Amino acid sequence: MNAYIGTPTSRVDGRAKVTGAAKYAGEFPAGGLVHGFVVEATIPCGRIATIDASETLKVKGVLDVLTHANRPPLADKDEAWKDEVAPEGSPFRPLYDDKIKFNGQPIALVIAEDWESAKFAATLVRVEYEQQGFATDLEGERSKAAEKDRPHKPRGDAAAALARADVRHEADYVIPTEHHNPMELYATTAIWESDGKLTIYDKTQGVQNVHKFLCTVFDKKPDDIRVVSPYVGGAFGSGLRPQYQVVLATLGALALKRSVRVVLTRQQMYGLGYRPMTIERVGLGAKSDGTLDAVTHEAIAVTSRYEDFARNDTGWAEQLYSSPNSRFSHKLVHLDVSTPCDMRAPGAASGVCALECAMDELSVALKLDPIELRLKCYSDRDQSENLPYTSKQLHECYARGAEAFGWSRRSPAPRSMRDGKELVGWGMATGVWEALQMPVAVRIVLTSNGHAEVSCAASDIGTGTYTIVAQVAADALGLPIENISVRLADSTLPQAPVEGGSWMAASSAHAVLAAAEEVRKELLGLAGKMPGSPLAGAELADTALIDGSIARADDNSRAVTIADAMRHGGVERIEKEKLNQFAEDKKHARNTHSAVFAEVRVDEELGIIRVTRIVSAVAAGRILNTKTGRSQIMGGVVWGIGMALHEETVMDHRFGRIMNANIAEYHIPVNADVHDIDVIFVDEADAHINKLGVKGLGEIGIVGVPASIANAVYHATGKRIRRFPITLDKVLD
Amino acid sequence: MNNFQYARATDVADAIRLLAADLGAKLIAGGTNLIDLMKENVERPSRLIDISRLPLRNVEETADGSLRIGALVPNSDLAYHPLIEQRYPLLASAILAGASAQLRNMASVGGNLMQRTRCPYFYDTATPCNKRNPGSGCSAMDGLNRNHAILGTSAACIATNPSDMSVALAALGALVHIAGPSGERTIALTDFHRLPGNTPHVDTNLGTGEIITAIELPPHGFAQNYSYLKIRDRMSYAFALVSVAAALELEGNAISGARVAVGGVAHKPWRSLEAETALRGQAATPDHFSHAADLLLQGATSRSHNGFKVELARRAIVRTLAQAANATPQSQAHKKIA
Repeated sequence: MNAYIGTPTSRVDGRAKVTGAAKYAGEFPAGGLVHGFVVEATIPCGRIATIDASETLKVKGVLDVLTHANRPPLADKDEAWKDEVAPEGSPFRPLYDDKIKFNGQPIALVIAEDWESAKFAATLVRVEYEQQGFATDLEGERSKAAEKDRPHKPRGDAAAALARADVRHEADYVIPTEHHNPMELYATTAIWESDGKLTIYDKTQGVQNVHKFLCTVFDKKPDDIRVVSPYVGGAFGSGLRPQYQVVLATLGALALKRSVRVVLTRQQMYGLGYRPMTIERVGLGAKSDGTLDAVTHEAIAVTSRYEDFARNDTGWAEQLYSSPNSRFSHKLVHLDVSTPCDMRAPGAASGVCALECAMDELSVALKLDPIELRLKCYSDRDQSENLPYTSKQLHECYARGAEAFGWSRRSPAPRSMRDGKELVGWGMATGVWEALQMPVAVRIVLTSNGHAEVSCAASDIGTGTYTIVAQVAADALGLPIENISVRLADSTLPQAPVEGGSWMAASSAHAVLAAAEEVRKELLGLAGKMPGSPLAGAELADTALIDGSIARADDNSRAVTIADAMRHGGVERIEKEKLNQFAEDKKHARNTHSAVFAEVRVDEELGIIRVTRIVSAVAAGRILNTKTGRSQIMGGVVWGIGMALHEETVMDHRFGRIMNANIAEYHIPVNADVHDIDVIFVDEADAHINKLGVKGLGEIGIVGVPASIANAVYHATGKRIRRFPITLDKVLD
Repeated sequence: MNNFQYARATDVADAIRLLAADLGAKLIAGGTNLIDLMKENVERPSRLIDISRLPLRNVEETADGSLRIGALVPNSDLAYHPLIEQRYPLLASAILAGASAQLRNMASVGGNLMQRTRCPYFYDTATPCNKRNPGSGCSAMDGLNRNHAILGTSAACIATNPSDMSVALAALGALVHIAGPSGERTIALTDFHRLPGNTPHVDTNLGTGEIITAIELPPHGFAQNYSYLKIRDRMSYAFALVSVAAALELEGNAISGARVAVGGVAHKPWRSLEAETALRGQAATPDHFSHAADLLLQGATSRSHNGFKVELARRAIVRTLAQAANATPQSQAHKKIA
C-alpha cells in the first residue's frame, strides 16, 4: 500500500527544527561542561619549533592547553586513522606531532571554563616555526601532475580518432577550489560519563564511521564510546570523514576527565575538506553528421601531500555519449594543503561541467542544436561495461525540460536575443550521477497499540531521511505516519554506512521494507493461530499490513487487527531487526540523469549576469517524497548557480593561505541571485534496480547546472568563459 | 578576541573623557564592524566605551533647512525616515544598497563612517599589512588585489573604503559634526576620510578623544534626479567593486548642477570638482557623462587583478548619470540593474 510513498509528505522533523527543539552537536548540555578553542598553524609547511602556552595558562578560567607535546596517547599506525571513506595515504592526525602540513592545521586546543575565555587565551599561545619551502598553486605545479586513476579502460584509439575528426574541439576548463559552508558549524560535545565512558555528540554524516574511528584512534572498546548525531545542519560531503574537532574534543575529555565541547569557527572550517580545484581538459572529435568518434577527458586535481583524494571527474561521457573511441585520466598534484573531500556530486559536478561546456562548443562548431547533438550521440548503454541501464529516461528529460523551458523558441545565433539593455542567453546541459545502494539494517519495534519505532544508525543530514523512513515504514506496516517514530544516527543502532553518494534513500527504504516483512511474518504467525482465523494457511507473500491489520492482499476484508493478533498471542511488542543487502546485478548500469535549461540576462556594458530561469528535468526512478525531493533539486540548482557565478576559495600562494575564509567574501548566491526554478520529475519506472524503483536524489540536482549557465552566457554574449566562476570582470574582458 | 574593559558613557562629555583617558579604547555603537574585527584579533581595544544609549538618535531640521542626523540613528531608520525618503532619496538608496537588513538595523550612522576596509590582508593577522601593522608591508600590492583601489593609492596601501552610505553623503555635500576634548567642530564629509599616504593605519581625520555627534545634510537633496548604482559580485550582500552616487539638477535637458561620488575605487569616496564643473551647463547626454567619467578617473592606476575596475567605473558613472538624468534611479529592491 502506498499511502505515503510518492507523496509530498512534510518533514516529520520540521517542527522540531523550526522551533529549536532539535538539538545539534554543539547544543547538548552536560554537567561541568568546558570548552575548547582551536589554535591553528599560520604557515603551510614546516615544523613547530616551540609552542609556549605560559601566558595562556595564566588566563582565569583556562584549564589546560593540549599540544602534540602533552596530549593523551593517540594511535601511531595509519590503519587506526583510516575511516571507512578514507582515500589512499596517511591520514591527518591532529596534535600528533610537530609537523605542519597545511595552513590552518590545528596545533593546540585551549580548554577553559567558558568559550570566550578559551578564545581569548588562544590568542596568547606563542608559536615559533621552522618554515620549509612549499607549493599551493595547482596551475603553477601542473607539470608535476601524475596519473592516479583511469575511471574507465580506454576504448579504441582516441588520440588517432581525435586527430582525424571532421570537427574537433579541445579545451581546458578550470574549476576552482570550493568549500561546503554548511550552515551548522562543525562541533563536538564529548560527554564524560560517570563510568568513564564517552558519549560523543558530533556533527557527522556517519556515526558508526566516527565510532569505529575513535575506537581505533584512542584504543577503546566499542562499548566505551557512543557517537550520536541526531540532526545535522548540512554537510554536503564535508562530514563523511571524521573531522578533527571530534578528535580534539575526545582528547580534551580524556585529558581532563570531564565533558568538553569544541565548536569550530566559520573561518576554521576552511581548514577542513573542500572540492579540489581541477583543470579539466576535454577533447571531442565528431564526424560531420554530428556523431562522436572520440572523447578524451583528463582532469588534473589538487590533493594534499599525505593523501591521494581522487574522484571520477572524467568518465561520465561513457554513460552519456556514444563514441567508439575514448580515453579518460585523472591526475593529481600533491601540494601543501589539507586533503580535499567529497562535495555534492564529487567528480561529476566538476567533470560534467567541463564535458557539457565542451559539448556546447562542439554543437556550435557543428551548427547543431545542443539537444540535437546530444540526441545524435545518445547512448543506451554504459559503454565502459557495455551494459544496458536499469532505466534511462534522459531523452524524456530533454523533451519535458525543453517543452517547459520553451527551447523551441530559441534563436540559435549568439547575441541574437535581447530584452532592453540585456542580452538574453539560453543554454542547456545534461546531468548524470550514479544510483548507488548500500547494506543498511533497520530495527522495528511494533507495540500492540499500533505504534512503531523504526531505528537505524543512518544520518539525516537535512535531506529528509527521517521523513522517508517514516513514510516507507507507515506504508509497509499499514499504520498512519503519526504512529511511526524514527530514531537515527546513534552508533548503537543498527548498521548503516555514511550518508552520502545519494545512496541513503534507496538503502534505508529497502531496509525498512525488509524489517517490516519480518514483523509481518511474526504477526501472520500470531494471527494464523487464532481460532477461525481468516488468515489460516495464508502464505506470507499473500498478506499485507493495511489500516492497522494484517490482511490477505487479494481480499482486505479477510484481516486480523494488529492489536488482536498480538493480544491473542500474548505479545506486547514485536521487535525485528533486518540487514538488507541488495542482490548483485552485473547485467545493468545504474544512473540518474537530468537535463538542465538556463536563461541568463547579461548587462554586457557592466558585465552583470542574472540567472533568470532554470528548468531541471530529472529522471531518478521513483521519487519517495515529491516535496523533499523537489527541495533537494532546488538546493542543487541554487548551488549550481553559485558554482557558475560565485563560488571560489581564493588562496594567496605566497603565503599558502586562504584569503576569503568567511561567508562575507566567499560568495554563494543570495535570494537576489535566485529567480524562477522549475523542477520536473520525469516518470521513470525501474523494474531492475530495486523493489521500489528508487535511485536517490542527493547529487543529481547540481550536476549540469553550472554548464547550462555557462552555455547560456555564451549564447547571450558570444563569449566562452572556461574559467569558473564567471565573474563580471571575465565578461568585461 | 582579547579581554577588554567595558564602560558605558553617560553623556557625550563622558565619552570624550573616557576616550581621551585611554589611547587603546574604542567607541562601540552598533558594533557591526568592530566586533567582527575583534573576533579576528585585528582590533584589540583595551576598553570599549558603549555610546549606544547616548541621546544622539534624532533627525531634525535646522533653521536654514538643513537636516541634522544624530550619530546613533540606525542605518535602517535613516533609510526609511520620511524626510530622507522625500528629500534625500539618494542617501536612502545608498544605505539600502549596503549590508543586509539585520546589519542595517544594528549599524549606526556614525559607525558607518568608521567602518574599516575589507582588504583580506587587513583581516588576516598572519600576513603583512601596513594598515593593521604599520611598516609591515602591503600584501595586496602584489597579491590578491581584484577589489582594491585605483585612485588615490600610495606605495603603502591600496585598500578601499567599503561604505555605501559615505558615497551618497559625499555627493550630497554632507558635514560631519565632531565633539572632542577641545570643543566642537564641523568638517566636510569629503575631508573626513583620508587617503592612505604614508599613514594608511589612520583612516579618518578624527583626533584623539573625538567623537562623531551628527551628520548634517545641506538643504538641497537632489530628490528629482539621482541614482545610486552599486556593482558587485552578486546582486545583494556584497561589497562594491564600484559604486556611483549621482545627483543632477536639470533645466530641461541642460545640467545646472551635478554631483558624482564613486565608491569602491579609493580609500575614501571619490569626487572630482573638475568633473562636476565640466557637466554644468552641458546637455545630459552620454558624451558629456563619458567626459565627466574620464575626468573623475584621471590618474587611475591598477595592479595585477583590478585593471577591469577602471573601465567598469567609467561605464558605471555613465550609466548612473543616465539613470539620474532620466529620473529612473536604480532600485535597491529589484533583482535587476536598470
